[in-house]
Amino acid sequence: MSSKESNETNKSRRQFLGAAAATATMTVAPGVTVIGLAQAKPVDQAVSSKNRWGLLIDSNKCASGCDACVTACNTENGIEEIHGPETDPQWIRKVTLKHKASGRETSLPLMCQHCEHPPCVDVCPTGASFRREDGIVLVDRHTCIGCRYCMMACPYKARSFVHETLTQQVEYMPRGKGCVESCTLCVHRVDAGSGDPACVEACNKENHNAMMFGDLNDKYSDINQELRAYKTRELRADLNLNTGVRYRGI
Amino acid sequence: MNKLLVILASMAVLLIGSTASAGSPKPLPNLDNVQGDKCVAPKEVIRVEHMEYIMHQRDETMHRGIRTSKHSLKGCINCHIVKGDDGKPVNFMDDRHFCNSCHEYAAVQMDCFQCHASTPTPGPVAAGK
Repeated sequence: MSSKESNETNKSRRQFLGAAAATATMTVAPGVTVIGLAQAKPVDQAVSSKNRWGLLIDSNKCASGCDACVTACNTENGIEEIHGPETDPQWIRKVTLKHKASGRETSLPLMCQHCEHPPCVDVCPTGASFRREDGIVLVDRHTCIGCRYCMMACPYKARSFVHETLTQQVEYMPRGKGCVESCTLCVHRVDAGSGDPACVEACNKENHNAMMFGDLNDKYSDINQELRAYKTRELRADLNLNTGVRYRGI
Repeated sequence: MNKLLVILASMAVLLIGSTASAGSPKPLPNLDNVQGDKCVAPKEVIRVEHMEYIMHQRDETMHRGIRTSKHSLKGCINCHIVKGDDGKPVNFMDDRHFCNSCHEYAAVQMDCFQCHASTPTPGPVAAGK
């Protein structure tokens, strides 16, 4: 089959699925909504504050010694090892917490917490550090001057500076020397409506299922249900940043 | 009169010397490397306006998550592929690269590719495509 034909097939398949989804929503009795349909945003529409993307991390399920999420993040975003962890960008790092009295150790991945009130945005002198309407905190590298105030301001040390000239960027994640960067919640995937961030995907693949991604505002989303059912914590809740990343088991 | 001739002659020598040291002029860019039928705008328009288009799209994508491909840099890169001797698309360091061939000719520096990929990402691209 030629590639043109196969494209056309896919297109008609997509249209069929779209129509099927629309019908499903329409035929359901009044007052009943269909749960679990992927709500992909049309590419030409702006993100809105109706959504608030976030992560729920269950540190009880997070295996110590496993760094599948870190590796997946690096692969997905084209982050290569250059000089080692001292100076290389790290969008996620695995952290081990130890309770002083009991000696209990907890392992968890730590990344940008996508705060509602991000200190990195407050201190940015150029407006490069910003929070999208849907809660994802990003760096606009076009306006970032590399001053690194945000790195100082972030209580989670979630941001990294790119020290070296890069050449192997992937097309959906432009990165370059002289800019600060951090976890984007795989914003390219979020906008495409194509599933979980790379870290969550990798964690599920390892059968650890310690990470869950979703819309905190959507009361039918899995993450929202979990947050309602179980007690979760924000890191440094005392700072009142209302983080988009929540933890269980710490 | 003789003095004037000497001055003129030495100026001519200097001139020739300086042009020779500047190297041969850049070749005319090849603008026919297009995959589809036509560009998103007529040639005359795109030559003058392309930077405005991608600048506008850049802010729309970055801040508002609008990812239409019509005026995206990724759209340009995926369409204007120039293949090298090894059959792979050349990157912006190569004189034959679509963007580079023209920018070299016009002596206009572009910073896009310090961060952006200048060739399509090969293989089954993750969800982000």
